[in-house]
Amino acid sequence: MTMRTKDTLDYPDLTEFDENIRDTVQGMADAERRAIAAPTQETEDCPCKDGMFPQQDRRSFLLSAAAGAAAAGLLPKVAHAEAPAGAFEFPVPDDPTKVQGRLTNDDGGYGSRSQFESAARWRFPTKTKESSWTMTPLADSQGIITPSGLHFERHHGGIPTIDPDKHTLIVHGMADKPKKYTMADLKRFPSTSRINFIECSGNGLTEFKAPYLKTVQGTHGLTSTSEWTGVPLSTILSEVGVQDGAAWILAEGADAAVMTRSVPLDKAWGDAMLAYAQNGEAIRPEQGYPLRLVLPGYEGNTHIKWLRRLEISDKPFMTREETSKYTDVLDTGKARQFSFDMEAKSVITFPSGEMKLPGAGFYEITGLAWSGRGTIRQVEVTTDGGKTWNIAALQAPVLPICHTRFRFPWRWDGNPALIASRCIDETGYVQPTIADINKVRGVNGHPKFASIYHLNGIMAWQVGADGSVANAAHQV
Amino acid sequence: MFEYWTSKLCRPAIAVAILPFGLLLAASAANAEGFGFGTTPTAAEIAAIDIDVMPDGRGLPPGSGTVAQGKALYEQNCVACHGENLEGVAATGGAALIGGRGSIGTPKTKKTVESYWPYASTLYDYVKRAMPFTAPGSLKDDEIYALSAYILNRANIIGENDVMNADTLAKVQMPNKDGFISDARPDVHNYR
Repeated sequence: MTMRTKDTLDYPDLTEFDENIRDTVQGMADAERRAIAAPTQETEDCPCKDGMFPQQDRRSFLLSAAAGAAAAGLLPKVAHAEAPAGAFEFPVPDDPTKVQGRLTNDDGGYGSRSQFESAARWRFPTKTKESSWTMTPLADSQGIITPSGLHFERHHGGIPTIDPDKHTLIVHGMADKPKKYTMADLKRFPSTSRINFIECSGNGLTEFKAPYLKTVQGTHGLTSTSEWTGVPLSTILSEVGVQDGAAWILAEGADAAVMTRSVPLDKAWGDAMLAYAQNGEAIRPEQGYPLRLVLPGYEGNTHIKWLRRLEISDKPFMTREETSKYTDVLDTGKARQFSFDMEAKSVITFPSGEMKLPGAGFYEITGLAWSGRGTIRQVEVTTDGGKTWNIAALQAPVLPICHTRFRFPWRWDGNPALIASRCIDETGYVQPTIADINKVRGVNGHPKFASIYHLNGIMAWQVGADGSVANAAHQV
Repeated sequence: MFEYWTSKLCRPAIAVAILPFGLLLAASAANAEGFGFGTTPTAAEIAAIDIDVMPDGRGLPPGSGTVAQGKALYEQNCVACHGENLEGVAATGGAALIGGRGSIGTPKTKKTVESYWPYASTLYDYVKRAMPFTAPGSLKDDEIYALSAYILNRANIIGENDVMNADTLAKVQMPNKDGFISDARPDVHNYR
């Protein structure tokens, strides 16, 4: 489906910008270019054609070695030797009905995906791999849940390796009874589960001023949805006894950045959760294992991972991540601070950038809509550049603060078409155009991109007469 | 600026009310006395990780540092990523620490400690928790005061002979201290 439309990909010229900006911006284009080219290279370079499996013997060896290691309690490190990330490479029989399949439970007891599936996160090429981020491959997304291994990442000091038996959470400050909790302590409390999206406030930052990245992974891949399970933070606050005058709570991670954010106590008493599980199993290390703060609807960086400390206070702490970063510069020279809510947003994931439709005919346009302020009430789709808007079907379940899958049947006549979606959430807020957002916030928050955080404007894709699909941000 | 938060006294909601009736009694019973899980952390356990520093100086430890001491420490620990002139090093991703004053909100917006950071406490707090990148959390309190002094001096915010300690650092007036306002969203009003 994600066929390349042309051999070379053109990105805007950057010569007018200083070295720092140029490096970062150019790096993004390079990373996306590599990601787009990767599947093609794989098929072109792979010698495994026409039923030939030249590396079969070696793979069998690796697999038996893996089984042995698993039996010995050691984890094999062979998963990525030949197959896409998260898969093992197996011989492909001409007719699977004529040979026995693989042995039951020979995977060590934890499954892997098909060797034919290659959707993967790609990394935003920051200068260090410790302070960096990856994007979820939304073009391949189905339904509303993001597989845990494809959930976008943002790390400020790498991914720590934490022994859950040694990890503790200390809750202190304006509390009558400060507490230290082990993971076992936390799991004794009544638990709750909720399906919520988490979105980085920088999602789409490259598109504020003009179209830049090519794919929906690049333009929108910093949002993901999981089922989160843990203890309501309100339970813990009741236990420790919050003192009068308290209004904020500092959440702090146990990573090398000792990442911190101040959270209004209202939110902490509301739907905040101390999550230890994601999609039915322990939270992945890159998502905060063993403990993460989940603040439904708030910008992603506030969902502090590897949570080790909560300090209750009367005032916000003004940490680096809520002053120097994650603040929104306006043209007045003032910057908005504590911009927590992720506003209503939607995007068409099929068809989307760098795909190619094989010809005129029926297609189901589909995508995701979400709002940090509640439930998606309606999604509208245009196929004529915004002249007419049609109501899309919302696929159940439609949940608050959660990715919502929408679908719209479309018979493409083969002429160029400008397609886009816009959503309305339960507050009546209508997803605005990017121009509407820039009009009120200005365009000087970043020398190249106009602003950095909180772009939730309408995203458009241009379908060409040849079926190619391209980023048409700002055209609707 | 954020008085509206502090004026709001938050009380525990009756969280058990939304549970199915069968669970209500059990949960209420537990809540009446609390669940009681966990232990009371010792003062030392809290102190070991309670490293934050607030704008009014709360959390600043004893100790002090000078600009001259900071210069030597900077050249040892910081220069590779932040540059000889604190201008940042593109190849390492190290940010510029000074310059850009008055640029915020113009087409040449350049965010640095000098031009953008509203509180000196944040500088101390961040260096203590996350710097230097290759050995985070390795600097002593005196060293962090000294580095703060050096950076603030190079940013033309404090004098060459100023000493940073718990008292003086909290009193530093940053150039962009009034540069922040609260979130005004939703800011596009096209409700239906």
